[in-house]
Amino acid sequence: MSEWTDFFTSNQDLIFVLILAIFLGVELIKNIPAVLHTPLMSGANALSGVVVVGAILVMLNADPNNYLILGLGFVAVVLGIINVVGGFAVTGRMLNMFKKNGK
Amino acid sequence: MSTALALIYLLSTVSFVVGLRLLGHPATANKGNRLAAGGMGLAILSTLFLHELEVPVKIYLLIGGAILLGGIVGALMAVNVKMTKMPELVSLFNGFGGASAALIGLVEFGKGAGDPQTAATITAGVVIGSLTFSGSLVAWGKLDGRVKSTVFIPQRNIINNLVLVGSIVLAVLLALGVVQDPVWIYVLVAAGLLYGILFVLPIGGADMPVVISLLNSMTGIAAAITGVLYSNKLMLIGGILVGSAGLILTFAMCRAMNRTLIAVVFGAFGEEAQAGGEARTVGGTVRKTTASDAAILLNYAKDVVIVPGYGLAVAQAQHVIHELEQLLTERGVVIRYAIHPVAGRMPGHMNVLLAESQVDYGLLVEMDDINPHFPQTDVVLVVGANDVVNPAAHNDPASPIYGMPILEVEHAKNIIVNKRSMNVGYAGIDNELFYNSKTAMLFGDAKAALTDLVAELKKL
Repeated sequence: MSEWTDFFTSNQDLIFVLILAIFLGVELIKNIPAVLHTPLMSGANALSGVVVVGAILVMLNADPNNYLILGLGFVAVVLGIINVVGGFAVTGRMLNMFKKNGK
Repeated sequence: MSTALALIYLLSTVSFVVGLRLLGHPATANKGNRLAAGGMGLAILSTLFLHELEVPVKIYLLIGGAILLGGIVGALMAVNVKMTKMPELVSLFNGFGGASAALIGLVEFGKGAGDPQTAATITAGVVIGSLTFSGSLVAWGKLDGRVKSTVFIPQRNIINNLVLVGSIVLAVLLALGVVQDPVWIYVLVAAGLLYGILFVLPIGGADMPVVISLLNSMTGIAAAITGVLYSNKLMLIGGILVGSAGLILTFAMCRAMNRTLIAVVFGAFGEEAQAGGEARTVGGTVRKTTASDAAILLNYAKDVVIVPGYGLAVAQAQHVIHELEQLLTERGVVIRYAIHPVAGRMPGHMNVLLAESQVDYGLLVEMDDINPHFPQTDVVLVVGANDVVNPAAHNDPASPIYGMPILEVEHAKNIIVNKRSMNVGYAGIDNELFYNSKTAMLFGDAKAALTDLVAELKKL
């Protein structure tokens, strides 16, 4: 049990940030018109691609001769970047259509 | 972590928060998207270069190659996708994010986990990442029609829960170091993948947007867990923002369809109707009409409301309907579009589709604003919509869509429904509107039928 209280103590600020970010996310999205749900979901989806930062860290820390890790890391970066680039691009495409007609 | 990197991460985190905020207002949404994208790009570049590690050129080349490859593939997919296929694409992208998180966990576990807290973080990331990956792929396949809509698995709730509990137990055992053979982490991946499939497969097509939104939220959580693993606040906050925002969005969608999340996840749409066999089957005579009769009716109407549904978009008839709308407007008909909150395949999807064909944004009226207006409407033209105009939602308690808010088109003076056939809609139920004495059915593919209608109108 003491291991877990140690875990809490040593990761306090991370846990605080986590809990506050949950509330922040809720506040940000509350009362958004249904019209924007699709672009918003798509934009949020692109944001979750932030996981690619972790994939890059895996690669940076990898032993250059461990091909299993390099291979897995490579795929993780590719997939993460697809999520980021595709996600933002498609959201932008949708929103541009609104702009053209938003007289 | 260098001070410069920490500062840039802080800047990126702020760009995510502000970007998400701006995305919530029509006028600033585009700016919000660009801001968040910029923050992301900055974070990725600085992760690559602002570190104190000795990294061989070979690895840089590999990362550069991966970024180039992923960037090109992602951009091509985004640019080429048809707007009707948008929900599928979001689901696919989301699955890739989940897979990325699972792979990271796999690598980190392989390095030898160390303390149980770190190992627990890794296994949680692996399970959530794998299940969002497979779940998103199934959701993509279902929306795309690659995976058949109704797959009935006997005792599915029991089987699903067994797989889920099994995965959790295995994850805990791995975290505590009780099982140590590295093969078990792959078993965990397999269990997560299996759960994702079992979780999404039985859920009805109409509920798929809710599921995609839920899975989107879970990818966010997987990213946040990875953030904990690396003590990286950017990933943590970015992930959690998506996690909680996704969950709010999921509930908003459920509300729009008058479904509870529990009902979506544990009871497939249409299933209860089959099981009970209680939902009314409506019979009666259907009145057919022709393009020329419909054209006359529309031409001499004062007030027309168009109800566009997904069928319209599938037939690529957005442009023809816009032409029809302009033609009628020139002749002095007051014309508007009634947009159901879940028209299309997800909330707001229809707005995107109509915006694509240059329909004036001001003509799109939301459900609550248009409903009181139907009694004064001369003609309602329903194109490719079905469940969102089904009066059973109001008057048949046994119907699976009972309680869902609908467009109350049955109060209009005349109703023209364009449909390919008398087939049931996405929810798999009959629609008494089609048998209403005020309703005339204009059968045919939406694009062909509307093109005929426009041609007939021009003759008048």
